[in-house]
Amino acid sequence: MSVARFWRKIPQRYNLIGTRCESCGRHYFPPRSFCPDCRRGGKIVEYRFPGTGKVVTYTVIRSASEQFENTTPYVLAIIQLDEGPRLTSQVVAKPGDVAVGTRVRSVFRRIMADGESGVIHYGTKFVPVK
Amino acid sequence: MVGIITYGVYIPRFRIKVEEIARVWGANSDEITGGLGVFEKSVPDLDEDTATIAVEAARSAMARRPVDPEDIGAVYVGSESHPYAVKPTACTVGEAIRATPNMTAADYEFACKAGTAGIQTCMGLVKSGMIKYGMAIGSDVAQGAPGDALEYTAAAGGAAFLIGNERPIAEIHHTCSFTTDTPDFWRREGQNYPRHGGRFTGDPGYFRHVKEAARMLLSKMGTSPSDYDYAVFHQPNAKFPKRVAQILGFSAEQVKPGLVVPRLGNTYSGSSMIGLAATLDQAAAGDRIFVTSFGSGAGSDAFDIEVTDAIQDPAIFDLGQAPTVTALLRDPLYLDYAQYARHKGKIVMQQ
Amino acid sequence: MRDVAIIGIGCTTFGEKWEASFRDLFVEAGSLALADAELAGEHIDAMYVGNMSAGRFIEQEHIGALIADYAGLSTRHIPSTRVEAACASGGLAFRQAVIAVASGMEDIVVAAGVEKMTDVGIGASVDTLAGAADREWEGFMGATFPGLYAMIATDYMHRYPLTREQLGMVAVKNHRNGAKNPIAQFRSEITLETVLSSALVADPLRLFDCSPITDGAAAVILAPLERAREFTDTPVRVLATAQASDTLALHDRRDISCLDATVVAGERAFAMAGLPREKIDFLEVHDCFTIAEICAIEDLGFCRKGEAGRLTEEGVTALDGNLPVNTSGGLKACGHPVGATGIKQVCEVVQQLRGEAGARQVDGEIGLTHNVGGTGATVVVHILGVT
Repeated sequence: MSVARFWRKIPQRYNLIGTRCESCGRHYFPPRSFCPDCRRGGKIVEYRFPGTGKVVTYTVIRSASEQFENTTPYVLAIIQLDEGPRLTSQVVAKPGDVAVGTRVRSVFRRIMADGESGVIHYGTKFVPVK
Repeated sequence: MVGIITYGVYIPRFRIKVEEIARVWGANSDEITGGLGVFEKSVPDLDEDTATIAVEAARSAMARRPVDPEDIGAVYVGSESHPYAVKPTACTVGEAIRATPNMTAADYEFACKAGTAGIQTCMGLVKSGMIKYGMAIGSDVAQGAPGDALEYTAAAGGAAFLIGNERPIAEIHHTCSFTTDTPDFWRREGQNYPRHGGRFTGDPGYFRHVKEAARMLLSKMGTSPSDYDYAVFHQPNAKFPKRVAQILGFSAEQVKPGLVVPRLGNTYSGSSMIGLAATLDQAAAGDRIFVTSFGSGAGSDAFDIEVTDAIQDPAIFDLGQAPTVTALLRDPLYLDYAQYARHKGKIVMQQ
Repeated sequence: MRDVAIIGIGCTTFGEKWEASFRDLFVEAGSLALADAELAGEHIDAMYVGNMSAGRFIEQEHIGALIADYAGLSTRHIPSTRVEAACASGGLAFRQAVIAVASGMEDIVVAAGVEKMTDVGIGASVDTLAGAADREWEGFMGATFPGLYAMIATDYMHRYPLTREQLGMVAVKNHRNGAKNPIAQFRSEITLETVLSSALVADPLRLFDCSPITDGAAAVILAPLERAREFTDTPVRVLATAQASDTLALHDRRDISCLDATVVAGERAFAMAGLPREKIDFLEVHDCFTIAEICAIEDLGFCRKGEAGRLTEEGVTALDGNLPVNTSGGLKACGHPVGATGIKQVCEVVQQLRGEAGARQVDGEIGLTHNVGGTGATVVVHILGVT
């Protein structure tokens, strides 16, 4: 991922910054500047998701693309944040410790690096909560 | 009065036992655990590094007290394993705790005392009125060369301290430092692993600087060891802090709560700071804590700290909002040497 | 809008074709199609070519012009257009060609698909294919294409009664069909045990649940139905063309186990053809992974959610069943040269309707093709019938 493309989304990657429509109460991640439901009647404000949610579905990636080759096997999941939006991320756990419905919380981890001399991309993954 | 506003710690979940490392190198593990007083050390996950550890420690600190991140005017991260040689870990931490952009930042290196150097800097910025809060972090994923004595203890972890002067949970009465040019332990630019002067790291290194800084502080404060409830020293192993405590006149009971190295290893820049955090985790209002860090190269920073009643007021500070050092040391996941080598990047991969 | 017919088809063999370049593949498929239609190049009015990623596989863009040039038509200066919708590129190229003829803009139009995937290493291939999904919000976090379909499988198997064995039977059936297909990458049958003991790629999907990396090309030639018999005695009529889109990221879908774009495209196709589902005799669906075939059968409305596994186990979708699915061998056994697959599906249906499918022959007068891009962000459905 290029330097600029990663940098542009740092607030989303590091802090799950999305938006909320104050008119209807819907939350959006990634952020939307325009509420599809309320349209011009919507009032959009910034919203930081605290990162709690649950696993909707998951898999264990055993054969990955180049940048992730050295970290297999890892758990990839679709997570539903408590406020509603869903996202795709990794769950840091032994494969057997994750199931549909497992509650999770966000953690700050290294996502990938551009080789040994390129930029390191940090972001948000999840861990199961007891 | 300037002091600690809040603090947080992060320790990765993985461990490797000293006996497993000894097995690989054909060494006698009983001799080693007997000599060092260390049984196991923490190991970072494949996707953890000094920056991720620093962020988790800082976020834990922020979780325990309602602080507006925009009021944080400075972030300093001390480490000897910064992910970049050029591009500060402090910027990533600042962004991750939403303290950016109105703040100053820099990374520090001073071996194991880079984090306490950051505390001193923040104290100065706060006392001078230049900033409201400063975040000082010591974080490391320390490297020990394969087969070297340091490999048994070089561990991963970090602690973050937010410094300010409005209702601190612990006041820092005074700090002083003893610094010389002493080549006891070093790592040249571009080298993977540090080197050290063997037994030279003891008396001319650790003991000289810790003793001198500690005595300087006792003299300045007009105190003696019995005036303190707790003492925390830098912990490269369990022997050195116990011995220097004894030399200075502190008791084993004073040192005990802050002695985390036996089940954690030496977290380098995190070492004395995690020891201080462990002590604060169980301290009560009025407790007085004596802290002296040590960083090779060499220097020691000493602190006279007194816990206030703010620490017991859950409206101000809620310890339970983040894991204590005891909780972080619980439920470890053990690795064998091969997995440990993979986690620590000791296996040379095809580029 | 005029009725459209297919007057010629051509398909290269699919596989790891070291001696064949991207250009070689297209020229071969195109030549076969022209020969089949007994057409000379000068008759072609326009070309549409489906290709997902020549830019990353062979560092070549501007495929529309390249194709026309290598077809020997540069002096004719015909309009030639590259169409991209990830794995639905071929189906979408076919649709664009249908629209061009139906609208009256063009008469004789080539719809082709080509992908040369083996000139780069596996790692680069896997990463390129991940571009069919959401790079920013899925790929960046470590999602692979099999990983996304594996998450569909996990969700599906959590909610519906599909067994791991039934899923494997999809692969067994398709390999059995592929063994009868001269162009297929894999020409031998496999056992269920082979599928279930193959290496895990992304739990629960194993190696044999996944379509392979493949080189190949296919081409069909379209003409207005009113002119079709100038060229062939066995024209096949395009009864419907439909396309639908959905969110790019799987996590934004209404229902992870139901490809709404398939549901909508299917309904639009049946409405356009004026046919109920019972009239469809056989299907070529997009089985990039075994779970995709299960969902396709259901989302096209041929049975309820949760039933396709049982149908597979009961042999309903086998060559000799009531509703044969993927008589060609599907993506699983033929291979999946991404841009070519959608056109290959059309070739198979045409061969079946003409009675030219040899050992794979099924009875039928109406066939359906179903081509999916990504995890369901684009779906293209066509219904073809004898005239």
